[in-house]
Amino acid sequence: MSRARADEEEYWHSSKFRAFTFDDEDDELSQLKESKRAVNSLRDIVDDDDDDLERVSWSGEPVGSISWSIKETASSSTSSLESRDSSLQKGSSSYAAFPKQVSSYSLSSLFKGRNRLPSFQSLSDALSDTGVKNYAPELRRPKAEYKDYSSDWSPKDTVRRMQRGKICSLERFRSLQDKLVLLDEAVAGHDGNVITAVLIFLKRTLRREILFRELEVRQVALCHLIHFLKETGEQKLLLDLLRFLDRTEEVALSQYREHLNIQDVEKRREFLKGCIGLPFSAEDTSHIQDHYTLLERQIIIEANDRHLEMAGQSEIFRKYPRKASILNMPLVTTLFYSCFYHYTEAEGTFSSPTNLKKTFKIPDKQYVLTALAARAKLRAWDDVDALFTTKNWLGYTKKKAPIGFHRVVEILQRNNAPVQVLQEYVRLVEDVETRLNLATKYKCHDVVIETYRDLKDRIQLTAYKCKVERGSAEEEKINSVLNNTQIRWKN
Amino acid sequence: MAFAGRRDVPEPPDFGILKRLARDQLIYLLEQLPGKKDLFIEADLMSPLDRIANVSILKQHEVDKLYKVDSRPALSTSDQFCFLVRPRIKTMRYIADIVNADKMSGRSRKYKIIFSPQKFYACEMVLEEEGVFGDVTCDEWSFYLLPLDEDIISMELPEFFRDYFLEGDHRWINSIARALQLLNSLYGPFGKAYGIGRCAKMSYELWRDLEEESEGDGQGRRPEIGNIFLMDRDTDYVTALCSQVVYEGLVDDTFRIKCGSVDFGPDVTSSDKSIKVLLNAQDKVFSQIRNEHFSSVFGFLSQKSRNLQAQYDRRRGMDIKQMKNFVSQELKGLKQEHRLLSLHIGACESIMKKKTKQDFQEMIKAEHSLLEGFDIRESTSFIEEHIDRQVSPIESLRLMCLLSITENGLVPKDYRSLKTQYLQSYGPEHLLTFHNLKRIGLLTEQSAGETLTAVESRVSKLVTDRAAGKITDAFNSLARRSNFRAISKKLGLIPRVDGEYDLKMPRDMAYVFSGAYIPLSCKIIEQVLERRGWLGLEEVVRLLNGNEFSVSGNAGLNGNEFSVSGNARLGAGGQGAVGPTALCPIQTAAWRTIQPGSPSALSSLSSWGAAPSLRSLRSGSWGRREGASSSS
Repeated sequence: MSRARADEEEYWHSSKFRAFTFDDEDDELSQLKESKRAVNSLRDIVDDDDDDLERVSWSGEPVGSISWSIKETASSSTSSLESRDSSLQKGSSSYAAFPKQVSSYSLSSLFKGRNRLPSFQSLSDALSDTGVKNYAPELRRPKAEYKDYSSDWSPKDTVRRMQRGKICSLERFRSLQDKLVLLDEAVAGHDGNVITAVLIFLKRTLRREILFRELEVRQVALCHLIHFLKETGEQKLLLDLLRFLDRTEEVALSQYREHLNIQDVEKRREFLKGCIGLPFSAEDTSHIQDHYTLLERQIIIEANDRHLEMAGQSEIFRKYPRKASILNMPLVTTLFYSCFYHYTEAEGTFSSPTNLKKTFKIPDKQYVLTALAARAKLRAWDDVDALFTTKNWLGYTKKKAPIGFHRVVEILQRNNAPVQVLQEYVRLVEDVETRLNLATKYKCHDVVIETYRDLKDRIQLTAYKCKVERGSAEEEKINSVLNNTQIRWKN
Repeated sequence: MAFAGRRDVPEPPDFGILKRLARDQLIYLLEQLPGKKDLFIEADLMSPLDRIANVSILKQHEVDKLYKVDSRPALSTSDQFCFLVRPRIKTMRYIADIVNADKMSGRSRKYKIIFSPQKFYACEMVLEEEGVFGDVTCDEWSFYLLPLDEDIISMELPEFFRDYFLEGDHRWINSIARALQLLNSLYGPFGKAYGIGRCAKMSYELWRDLEEESEGDGQGRRPEIGNIFLMDRDTDYVTALCSQVVYEGLVDDTFRIKCGSVDFGPDVTSSDKSIKVLLNAQDKVFSQIRNEHFSSVFGFLSQKSRNLQAQYDRRRGMDIKQMKNFVSQELKGLKQEHRLLSLHIGACESIMKKKTKQDFQEMIKAEHSLLEGFDIRESTSFIEEHIDRQVSPIESLRLMCLLSITENGLVPKDYRSLKTQYLQSYGPEHLLTFHNLKRIGLLTEQSAGETLTAVESRVSKLVTDRAAGKITDAFNSLARRSNFRAISKKLGLIPRVDGEYDLKMPRDMAYVFSGAYIPLSCKIIEQVLERRGWLGLEEVVRLLNGNEFSVSGNAGLNGNEFSVSGNARLGAGGQGAVGPTALCPIQTAAWRTIQPGSPSALSSLSSWGAAPSLRSLRSGSWGRREGASSSS
């Protein structure tokens, strides 16, 4: 024990900076595990009480936090919070004596109040030593506000007052000239809230063609109106405006966006069909077309497969019941699904992978990755094999992949492929270093041995001997390689 | 604690005042509706609210039940409803529906809406349209600033980024100006204000405007904040798009830090429950490793756990009296440390597991190549494979954006092919995402007419200076070219590495990205503060599309720097993208940057981008280290 610790100590003192890689899983993790063990071993002395642990509910929120309480109200609306907080003294607040004045607007001009209220104890206490003025909300409505409706504020003053959250009547800005001056002042004041307020007024009091025309040369204001229309959902007016501005692509996108609100798949499909004719760019038109075709396919596949699953005749559906419907899933997910459930189907059926590949012009790389993941998940190693096997004209077979074989190995490994399968692909990894790494990591001993043999690296091979089991076939193989006098070792 | 190493750096101001102010005002507003009431809270206000108040405070002020604002109709018997909400039109309609339903069924209740941080005219318009104006009373809760740590304040405005940068809506500028006003009155007057970016400039102007009419009674006080720095998010997207490799960054990457706290699941706590942990300077373990490169963290934790073990071991030879002392004086602290240690070790373990499972190493390599401008083809095919394998949609977008910004747009052929594959992998509706990203300038296609764009950018620069800014935005999308290569060359943002970059004793801020990139935003602040202005940085300013300013105030004796930045967490998607604005104090040399807060994701897609990366840029340790090394 003490020996091990001394060693470790030495390690920490002696090791200088090493390049850090996240691939150094073993080293770093074991180090972490070590620390964890050390800390955990202390747990029994420490965990006798949990006094400084936060009380946390099942959902992870600290008990008493607001988020937690809301979840509680949601889950059991009958139980009042009172029982839980019964220890609290009610009404003991120092604010109880606070004068209750009606003030609906003036709070916005907060942080100006000079009136030091005796009841604002904690606040003034907190602030008095820092010498800061008192920040009580302004309690009385300023007298000036009563004048609003009668007096003639200039456009500039109107905007300034609105920026400060005060009410201003805009009704007296009746000539187009006045309205536009007001709008320009609002824009110059940089407050989007006021700009929008003026636009609401203009929208109400001007014919839309006039409004559009004036906004065309006022881009900042225009952005505000467009955003406002989007938020309030005035789609028709928005489209009219965009058409007026000749922003045809935005018109198309804005209409297409609506499909997100349509839940019913049949209706959604119909809607998408209508979108194909919208003035998209040529590139996007084909994406929209694909979107429509994909949903159409999914509806057919879904109907068929639900039927199959219900009937209970198909083995694959019995063995691997579907977790979710395929409707509205991305194309690659659909491809995965069809590689999983419909791999062997003829190209003629809508659900066959090859049909999908053709219809949507899925690139080889994409297709192979997806098919591999699906077949590996089913542990159909023959299919995996077939995926990469090509025959040349002489009838020789060869393994080829549009993706790196290290990627293939990774996917297979994630699906718990047996070593025999794995090693076949590890062997095909071109880069020697990567190959060695993968082979060592996944214990593909044969590959490691062969690679060292090919590298003529006797030292590494000898070192590897202690990583294989004593008396195993692998050890024997290493010995026979080491004893092979034909090999001219480099070391 | 974080400043102990530097004598010339003053203590940060007491930002706790901000919390007390917000709490007191909320209580005051609740008292405006006397008697028992049910409180409906907007989902994304819950975490900020948790930081300043708790259930018992609400209950003391006669809040009976708490509900989340959502689409379900409320079943409640209370006579009074109070809604604590963001000024959003959707929420107004939700409230109006409740009021109208009550009216229909002949129920009479009192309703109060409290807007945070402010009310919008458009909201009142909706209330008027829905026929409930007058049935509800409205108030504003001026909760502009939430201190998340000793040296980070956030506005927690998730929608700022999308509203301003994508939609071109200026509605939050007033909130920023008021936040500045609040800071100035509490901790100012600021000695000097610097800034860059159009939004920064507008915010500054509006703030000055607001300031003019309030009497300056802060005069004669000792200012606690020396300088402020305002910066637009779009000045520096790259920083936000790179993977950070310091501990705090990786924690955020893996678990998502929201509003300064994180949920550690059962795999971290090694028990069956989750724990919500506040991550700040109070956490003695965290504060020591938050800014360290991840590779140094293991060593630190292992050292720390051996020390702890030794401390416990001491109790072996103790007699009764010593034992008593030990239990009464040390045990509690040791236990606390033990708890923190095991949490952070657990977190490290989870991070390692997750990162080794993904191709994190490869991803970092691709990022670094993009930053340096080498092997673009290889990186592009890495991104392609990332997309094909349906690995995280956000990561794929992030890498594409990084490619676009560093290369000034994608080659049209690549753009088309990556876009097509993206739509195939993650869903065709992301057509809308691509459109948004293009508009905002994050993911663009290289155009043939390079020269044309240069002309337009010059035109737009001329126009910008016109007060009304009438035509500016028309050119904005074109002017928003990143010029990344030129800027990074000019400012030396890509460190030239001779041999190994020493991550344990880094020589510059690039260590947060394993030595690959010095964050542009931090570099600019450093340069401007050193020069006390923009003099000599004209070329950089031009490349960043201008709008720089620097204004001297009256007194500036204090060394605290404060930086305000239109910050981002950006999402795309047809449904939503978000981004908050953030404020942060920057110690003279210790680059404390921004805590943009916890933007809630409106769509599954939207939680990527700037926020996480910037968070780890709070490389306070850099400043400390610099101080330490220069004194030794």
